[in-house]
Amino acid sequence: MAETAKNEEVSDVVPSTAETTAEVEAVLDAPVDRGEPILQVRNLVKHFPLTQGILFKKQIGAVKAVDGVSFDLYKGETLGIVGESGCGKSTVAKLLMTLETATSGEVFYKGQDITKLSGRALKAVRRNIQMVFQDPYTSLNPRMTVGDIIGEPFDIHPEVAPKGDRRKRVQELLDVVGLNPEYINRYPHQFSGGQRQRIGIARGLALNPEVIICDEPVSALDVSVQAQVINLMEKLQNEFELSYVFIAHDLSIVRHISDRVGVMYLGKMAEIGTDSEIYDHPTHPYTQALLSAVPVPDPAAREGRERIILTGDVPSPANPPSGCRFRTRCWKAQDKCAEEVPLLAVPEVFAGKKTLAAHDSACHFAEERDVVHAA
Amino acid sequence: MEHQRDQPVTLLDVRDLQVEFHTRDGVAKAVNGVNYSVDPGETLAVLGESGSGKSVTAQAVMGILDSPPGRITGGQVLFRGEDLLTMGAETRRRIRGAKMSMIFQDALSALNPVMSVGAQLAEMYEVHDGMTRKDSRAKAVQLMDRVRIPAAKDRVGDYPHQFSGGMRQRIMIAMALALEPDLVIADEPTTALDVTVQAQVMDLLAELQREYNMGLILITHDLGVVADVADKIAVMYAGRIVETAPVHELYAAPAHPYTRGLLDSIPRLDQKGRQLYAIKGLPPNLTAIPPGCPFNPRCPMAQDICRTDRPPLFAVAHGRASACHFWKETLDER
Repeated sequence: MAETAKNEEVSDVVPSTAETTAEVEAVLDAPVDRGEPILQVRNLVKHFPLTQGILFKKQIGAVKAVDGVSFDLYKGETLGIVGESGCGKSTVAKLLMTLETATSGEVFYKGQDITKLSGRALKAVRRNIQMVFQDPYTSLNPRMTVGDIIGEPFDIHPEVAPKGDRRKRVQELLDVVGLNPEYINRYPHQFSGGQRQRIGIARGLALNPEVIICDEPVSALDVSVQAQVINLMEKLQNEFELSYVFIAHDLSIVRHISDRVGVMYLGKMAEIGTDSEIYDHPTHPYTQALLSAVPVPDPAAREGRERIILTGDVPSPANPPSGCRFRTRCWKAQDKCAEEVPLLAVPEVFAGKKTLAAHDSACHFAEERDVVHAA
Repeated sequence: MEHQRDQPVTLLDVRDLQVEFHTRDGVAKAVNGVNYSVDPGETLAVLGESGSGKSVTAQAVMGILDSPPGRITGGQVLFRGEDLLTMGAETRRRIRGAKMSMIFQDALSALNPVMSVGAQLAEMYEVHDGMTRKDSRAKAVQLMDRVRIPAAKDRVGDYPHQFSGGMRQRIMIAMALALEPDLVIADEPTTALDVTVQAQVMDLLAELQREYNMGLILITHDLGVVADVADKIAVMYAGRIVETAPVHELYAAPAHPYTRGLLDSIPRLDQKGRQLYAIKGLPPNLTAIPPGCPFNPRCPMAQDICRTDRPPLFAVAHGRASACHFWKETLDER
């Protein structure tokens, strides 16, 4: 199904040779230097089967939620993943967390393919990769106190904090995320949305993870509270050398927090690069349309900015278009786009050139177009 | 279709509107003396965070406030000079839908799930214009065509769940505009939509507004959307308007510290760098609004006077007002 995307910029994976559980655990605990890849995702695929019938279920197709996605996450950086609803960005998050089993493809954490792990080794991986969820109103158990919520990870991984120490450790975590440590016995409903998201972040930090997957962490919050949480996340990243995968649909926030950004469309990565490469020098038509559609809080830019209004809706991932998936809404589409799947690589026109437009873009007719800045 | 409107009266004039909610924790003062006005063809954006009273004001204006627990305790809502709050229920019902209508945030829950969209659109004509079923169906198809639903003729019998989010929102717009109202209130019309679809929907709304010369009240928390479409802005905080201004002037130089804080706390798409400014603290509990200026516990400029004296709306310039004792200083800081 998934076409192998040859990608020159993606680093080589050095698979670990660990065999026994103890060896795997040693690999997972090994330190990684800043700027080295910590998570390497290769041709990740997730298809959800569509079935028909009640007793004898027959598979009649599949929702191709993620269909061959590859990227690297480096130690200490933030990788933003943007895309519209249904593009597969949240499924990617679940696959990285091993909450879903991949249909095919690999996720290497420190060279260890975590999609093949189970038992103790998988548990060790999960300690190192934690998640912050979108909705702070539903992701916290209303019948547990804040202390129990933040301390629960220690029940599963007792080696991180010995029993007598836990209360103190939870209070430290509350302090780290800017909440009063005396609130340890309160319940989630006694907190505002922003405070609840801080509790969610404290829970994510409890096991000293190296990678945190944030799935729309601020989209449920008010504007003035969003900034507080974003600033906190940046502070924590510096303090604990965390690597973030930051999934969001708000392109302005993603630019603010990310070092690199990947744009997804219908289960595939359309374009990936540094924040300036994507925002100031986009070459994929979908990225350009997406960026031009974002309203900029500056009435003076109203007339000067170029607007690309796409027609129609995103096609169903159960039956995606042949060739390039964006072609049904693309104004540049030609016959080639229906026949050949464009690979995610530096487009030929820019290959070898010293320009910020020379980054990975999955388009046959890639060209640079600045849509963010007013003319 | 040209519309002749030569009445000199303002289309909608909300005067000193006050709304309370009786809750278990006491009386929540959701709206505390709101004033705003809209002229034909004009777009007023009401900007505020959750709990600022922006939606409650709109519900009171439309006459769809849940009461109890809500109660309008004072003020006037003048529509072409007539007070909607004192007129009879039947007169008001005829105005609602025909002369003023509303677009809601979540189209899936605002549309009736067990009625085809065609029937829901046709109902407008049957109830208000007394059309026959056959004529009203034909009008419904026209209307769906107008809001660019592909193959409208074949889809007129489909149910809301069979449409995508963007199309559902367009059907809501069609329903709101069916009887060519003079005033449309859109409450977060694109918040649930993706950006590319949001752009389509806002575009359509602006086009129809120009065509029918409607007044539009756009309720939103998105400073980007406001900058794109609004003529003037009213910023709400704790049930009050804290600043009103034409859109260009407000973004160039806000005259209230809350507005300035909001503008500084959003990241920009076209540049990177500075740390975000975060307004400290939380919006106040509406059952216990702080004395003096409601924003004083969070305000970086607060002085003693802000804790005791409630600032009225000071006229800052022509068409501009700010409810801050230190509006001059706030303006000068830019």
